Amino acid sequence: MSGTALDPKTAPTFPMAAKTAMGDTQLRKNVRHATDVIQAKRARVVGEMPDWQELREAGKQVRQHTMENLDFYLEEFEANCTRAGGVVHWARDAEEARRIIVELVKASGSEEVIKIKSMTTEEIQLNSALEAAGIHPFETDLAELIIQLGQDRPSHIVVPALHKNRHEIRAIFQREMNLPELGDQPHDLADAARMFLREKFLRVKTGVSGANFLIAETGGVCIVESEGNGRMCLTLPETLIMVAGIDKVIPRYQDLEVLLQLLPRSATGERMNPYTSIWTGVDAADGPRVFHVVLMDNARTEILADEEARQTLNCIRCAACQNACPVYRQTGGHAYGSVYAGPIGAILTPQLQEMHYAQSLPYASSLCGACYEVCPVKINIPEVLIHLRNKVVKQNTAGVAGFFDVEAGAMKAMAMIFRSERRFRAAQRMGRVAESPLVGKDGWIGWLPGLLGGWTQVRDLQEMPKETFRDWWERRGKNGN
Amino acid sequence: MFPETGKAVVRVLERLGHTVEFPAGQTCCGQMHYNTGYQAEAMPLLERFVAQFKGAEAVVVPSSSCVAMMRDHYPKMALALKDRELQGQVNELLPKVFEFSEFLTKGLGLEDVGAYYPHRVTYHASCHGLRNLLLGDGPVRLLKAVRGIDLVELEGVEQCCGFGGTFAVKNADVSGAMLADKTTAVLKTKAEACTACDNSCLMHIQGALHRQKTGVRTVHLAEILAGEEGVQQ
Amino acid sequence: MATELVTDSARAEVLRRIRAAKGGTANAEAARAGWGAVERRYRRESTRSRDVILELLVDRLQDYDARVVRALHIDVRAVAARMLEERKAKRMVVPRGLASEWLPDGVEFVVDEEIPAAELDRVDGVMTGATLAIAETGTVVLQNVAGQGRRAATLVPDYHLCVVRVEDVVETVPEAMGRLQATAELATTFVSGPSATADIEMTRIKGVHGPRFLDIILVG
Repeated sequence: MSGTALDPKTAPTFPMAAKTAMGDTQLRKNVRHATDVIQAKRARVVGEMPDWQELREAGKQVRQHTMENLDFYLEEFEANCTRAGGVVHWARDAEEARRIIVELVKASGSEEVIKIKSMTTEEIQLNSALEAAGIHPFETDLAELIIQLGQDRPSHIVVPALHKNRHEIRAIFQREMNLPELGDQPHDLADAARMFLREKFLRVKTGVSGANFLIAETGGVCIVESEGNGRMCLTLPETLIMVAGIDKVIPRYQDLEVLLQLLPRSATGERMNPYTSIWTGVDAADGPRVFHVVLMDNARTEILADEEARQTLNCIRCAACQNACPVYRQTGGHAYGSVYAGPIGAILTPQLQEMHYAQSLPYASSLCGACYEVCPVKINIPEVLIHLRNKVVKQNTAGVAGFFDVEAGAMKAMAMIFRSERRFRAAQRMGRVAESPLVGKDGWIGWLPGLLGGWTQVRDLQEMPKETFRDWWERRGKNGN
Repeated sequence: MFPETGKAVVRVLERLGHTVEFPAGQTCCGQMHYNTGYQAEAMPLLERFVAQFKGAEAVVVPSSSCVAMMRDHYPKMALALKDRELQGQVNELLPKVFEFSEFLTKGLGLEDVGAYYPHRVTYHASCHGLRNLLLGDGPVRLLKAVRGIDLVELEGVEQCCGFGGTFAVKNADVSGAMLADKTTAVLKTKAEACTACDNSCLMHIQGALHRQKTGVRTVHLAEILAGEEGVQQ
Repeated sequence: MATELVTDSARAEVLRRIRAAKGGTANAEAARAGWGAVERRYRRESTRSRDVILELLVDRLQDYDARVVRALHIDVRAVAARMLEERKAKRMVVPRGLASEWLPDGVEFVVDEEIPAAELDRVDGVMTGATLAIAETGTVVLQNVAGQGRRAATLVPDYHLCVVRVEDVVETVPEAMGRLQATAELATTFVSGPSATADIEMTRIKGVHGPRFLDIILVG
């Protein structure tokens, strides 16, 4: 059913994938339109809040505090959830999480599951594992349904089909739902999804979901959504299986007063999303009779161990950074080769790979800071990007390979020049000599070799000045102004 | 690299009655190394900067990203070096470091520096100035006070031009697309010149404006503020 | 079962990794102190007058496509009758414990005694009360208590008529969470307008899987 999954292990480097993505003018138009709309909506509802910065600060502190006490809060959640009738499982990595979930679905006696949109299940490629075990997953979020039926891949954390416009979505629905007469108005498409999925909601006995927040104090769970498909999956099935990264825990119920203000305004530009569900364990008279929670590490503890990158775990998956990012807005999400695209993906993905893959992602940013500015929990993404770049450089320059690394060689040479006034002066002179064969009659360079060739793809470079400021300053001093 | 900016800074500050010194040993703040992942290579440049400028009454830097580098990273770097004396020197020096427009507006409380610049100009808010230094409308207020200027607002003024240091060569295609958006906006203003507080952005924007043979120039804010009536610009 | 053994060692391993990453084991006392030290300088109390808060609620509910009518206690039944007629609702589900004086004549009210979902799918709508409403966000909060009922009943039918008492209206989200704290473990649903999606071109489209029509009677 599903298309080739986004897998950082096999994805091309960001610059290569970006080049391909940018060749798709329709995709770029769709991404630009959608991110423009959402940014304007966000700006409006954030502007209504006189205490937005105080909320951001509280959000940051709550998340930071959680990570500092993560073991305590996870154990507290486990104890309270268990007491309320839930069953808590632990998974060290994606493979273990998949195995547990597949076994639990089989034990529920169902060969089908209805799914709430969950980036965590995308991260662990759960659908292919379910399919391999003969279990059919039905995605029920409209965007995820579009992705599943179109054999496509998610390109955005909150709106995974953001790269598709209504006409493209209609074509997918016409084909896959056998509705040749389907109109292309958004409400036509929403109605078609309602019809298509209602029967599944009423029939399928097992639901699979992710989670927004796990509440340690009560053992409860909070899920934030728009369409009501989430509520369907959370209340109608007999068995509910939830997978959550260990970073999803929050200390207390009261902390929702911060997070439920920050998340909807940042994510969809709404004062509150249409539906937020909070419940605790199993209620004999309301909802599933069997409730499992799989708490998954999958490299999150690696991130926790890196003090400078730890703030990555504070993310509440609102995607505001994606919408604000000028790089994401040019390329869309697929270029990042991961379900986590955009600025948060650029820091999260390589760390989830323990820095073994996706090393080009920390460089997929001009460090403009727009992501940090909109982040509801104040993750300083540029700072983490720079930190991860340092890790990449250390990896690439370790051992013999580093000796032959052209970039590292150039960087070291330049650093040596900058460390000495004499060498700096000489370099300024030498620069003029070295560039001279490339300088045109008008004093501009239109072509550069090697690593610098990227510059002259669309830009010229002015030749170095005939007289440096330093020379001018000294001449001026001698002449007594 | 950009001698005209340095000269303009000297001219403006001297016109305002300040004495300018240029420590000859200064080189680079280390931003390119640091931001590309070569932290180790940036460390000696921090030490060099401190050695060159300690004791100054105010350090004026006509580049917002260099100032952002110092403010955002120097304290951390000094801590990492575990050199207490250096940490103290950094903490003492940083409050005296100003971006050029910031020195005029926040340091001296000025808006009108007596400049004359009879051209149509649009202002690009460099990311580091906007988001790291929080320059706000300071540069625009300085420009508005310039006599003869025809200042036009740039659409998407807060959008990154796509330079980002080594980003421009490592991700040349994306950078080029961001730059194309920026130059399109600049051309739409019909300005003769695009200005900013950072020559790195301007070098980037100018590179495309020249390639496209638009005839539109880039000029550092200091060079506009240095403009005087009767002097050819 | 084999799985249990595996996750048992997984549990120990994940906790061990966390403690190694942070350099120590967290405890209740430290957690309590740290949590208490979080700076909460945002608004936690209402700043507007009652009238303004109620107007704000009406405005915000309407902004997200809910229909709102204000009524006095004695008029709820008549107002409900009119709204049900306009929605052409003849057969409504109601939770146990809903105030009978609110229910108009001429409409069939079926009390939700674990009605199967397929049956809920066939009624014209559901009528409930609410625990509270948040003015600033245009939100109605439902809990699994008398007069509000289980979650499926307010989800599967296509129309929801909800009665909110003015004394249950708060201005901000923090006030709401404060009031809900005592019943934090109950199944709770925040409803802000009818079901909607922004998945197509980021435009809010009303009506996907939850009730496509939401009417509110604000009483008092």
